[in-house]
Amino acid sequence: MAQVFPAERELRRVIGAGHSVPDRALEGVGERELLELYRSLVLLRTYDERSVVYHRQGRIGTYAIFWNHEAMQAGAVHALEEQDWIFPSYRESAIGLLRGMPASTVLSWWRGHPAGWWNPADYNVASICVPIGTHVPHAAGLAWGKRLAGEDAVAIAFFGDGATSEGSFHEGANFAAVMRAPLILFCNNNQWAISTPLDAQTRAETLADKAVGYGMPGVRVDGLDVLAVYEATREAVARARAGDGPTFIEAVHYRAAPHATADDPRVYIDLERVEEERQRECVGRYERYLRRLGVLSDEQAEQIRGEAAETMRRGIAQAEAEPAADVALLFEHAYADGRVAFASELAELRRLTGGTEAVEPDEGPEVQV
Amino acid sequence: MPEISYREAVRDALSRAMREDDDVFVMGEDIAEMGGSMGVTQGMLDEFGPERVRNTPISEMAIVGAGIGAAMQGMRPVVEIMYEDFLTLSLEQIVNQAAKHRYMSGGQLKVPVTIRTQGGAGWSPGAQHAQQLEAWLVHIPGLKVVFASTPEDVRGLLWSAIYDDNPVVFFEHRTLYGIKGEVPEEIEPIELGKARIHRQGEDVTVVATGRLVHEALAAAQEAEAQGVSVEVFDPRTLQPLDERALIDSVKKTNRCVVAHEAVVRGGYGAEIAAVVQHGAFDWLDAPVERVGAKFVPLPFAPVMEEFVVPHAADVLEAIYRTVGRTA
Repeated sequence: MAQVFPAERELRRVIGAGHSVPDRALEGVGERELLELYRSLVLLRTYDERSVVYHRQGRIGTYAIFWNHEAMQAGAVHALEEQDWIFPSYRESAIGLLRGMPASTVLSWWRGHPAGWWNPADYNVASICVPIGTHVPHAAGLAWGKRLAGEDAVAIAFFGDGATSEGSFHEGANFAAVMRAPLILFCNNNQWAISTPLDAQTRAETLADKAVGYGMPGVRVDGLDVLAVYEATREAVARARAGDGPTFIEAVHYRAAPHATADDPRVYIDLERVEEERQRECVGRYERYLRRLGVLSDEQAEQIRGEAAETMRRGIAQAEAEPAADVALLFEHAYADGRVAFASELAELRRLTGGTEAVEPDEGPEVQV
Repeated sequence: MPEISYREAVRDALSRAMREDDDVFVMGEDIAEMGGSMGVTQGMLDEFGPERVRNTPISEMAIVGAGIGAAMQGMRPVVEIMYEDFLTLSLEQIVNQAAKHRYMSGGQLKVPVTIRTQGGAGWSPGAQHAQQLEAWLVHIPGLKVVFASTPEDVRGLLWSAIYDDNPVVFFEHRTLYGIKGEVPEEIEPIELGKARIHRQGEDVTVVATGRLVHEALAAAQEAEAQGVSVEVFDPRTLQPLDERALIDSVKKTNRCVVAHEAVVRGGYGAEIAAVVQHGAFDWLDAPVERVGAKFVPLPFAPVMEEFVVPHAADVLEAIYRTVGRTA
């Protein structure tokens, strides 16, 4: 029953590089799908670049930049079906866009506005996980629950290289393997956990090596090659759906942008290496691949970029047009059965806001007298 | 009415819920063939199979975390943390995850997971297997916290916990598993947030939880013989607390003793005392007395353990202090 899956060493690639590495065709992916992938990449890139501007303008709060992480996000999500669940970390904050979530919702999330609360079941996209790796057990449990319920759905959890040092990653991965839960563990190895480099994070030669210990396949892909990511995820999804348990995917690249808007990586990062990485950034690289195939014209590229820009213009306008949040929401939602708050705290809120009816305790247990 | 043990009552609530409802399943360490370290789930593997009575790796964080994940997608998992001392290993999942998901999704995500655990001294397991840590969880908005003291209560409360749409941390006491009590034929769910008055009295209200409910009842009987009438009040649900019933009781008796096995300092009794002094200030004829463990890790030596945790005699002394008597 037990099986040893030797972890891979080489990074899987589909998109070639110059004369030495030729392009590879991807089976079962037609022109329409290739263009849809491009549309997703451009949308994510536009979202990210505009968000940094919005942050500088004070229109959204601190923002976790995901520039050059778009290939991993789009490649993986395109390999899923609608019923499959996505568990994002903060680095994948806008991944819901690929499931039809309005840009205004994600922007509202970063603005700390209630309009940014989405119902995970509406998109099968879980709430963004900000602590590191704590969502890995959730994804394992959801996947296990789907199996118990007889539903044909898988889950994917996105996390970074630093998360592999967390206990919750280990427990969640091992748990999923033991239960044969239909889960994909997607590790965005950008080689930096804020300012901590990978070699200060692990002595393992590759992160995929960790999969060996859990008895699951460990796959390595070029994280800037959207088609390689797509292919590896598609394989992992098929495995999970067939009841063969989880797969660990290590997508490798080098973080070419700050950790977040509050970070200045110049004090710790290798700037030459960053420059090299920027030269092979994932959206342009895919665009050149499509042009070599003759799939993407200038007009199409222009149109897709225009649509994405318009989505963002509309998104920020909608987010900013949201009415101010109702302060009474402060005590809402902590419990399923109505507002649970103390009379003295409600009175304080009422005094500060000058309101009356909005902050009355409604149903629920008795409040303090 | 049939008589069953506290242990059987827990098992009965779990089994009936699992028979009626495919969404309910149990998960934890050694709960399948072995039936749990306290024997609570014995026989359930045979009835429900290994998918629904699921042994897990020794991974408290993953047990609670996976319970959260399964709950997110519509199941009603009941996960077991073998000893409440091991809640420490899963606190991230309980405090930052289970308790917060509903709030952070603007009320759109529910996490109906029940986290069963047990603890308590009286059998000399030492410092790391017998603590009473319920006060920690009461401090977290988003959680409900239950501590049941009788077979009837543990069954009715567990049922309500399973069907509550909030995460519930459900405390059982190690030394209560063997006690027996009558229960109704059919499960009568007990509303979370509703206290139980075990015994009516006129002179002192003893607010007690878990094992101390039984110690308080014994103390009350002795006090009665000395002419002191004691009301024994078990909140049963620590969060939310049945404040109205508590204050009404103290307004009637004018005195209050709080008794739990957990250490006194920062214990749940402090919260009870605060609620009582605020809600019944003008009715109090004596300071609120607190009974609990001494401020020291639980010693291994049985005689020292017995010294550290409170018993009926400690409750009785506290009762006498409030009425100005000596034992």
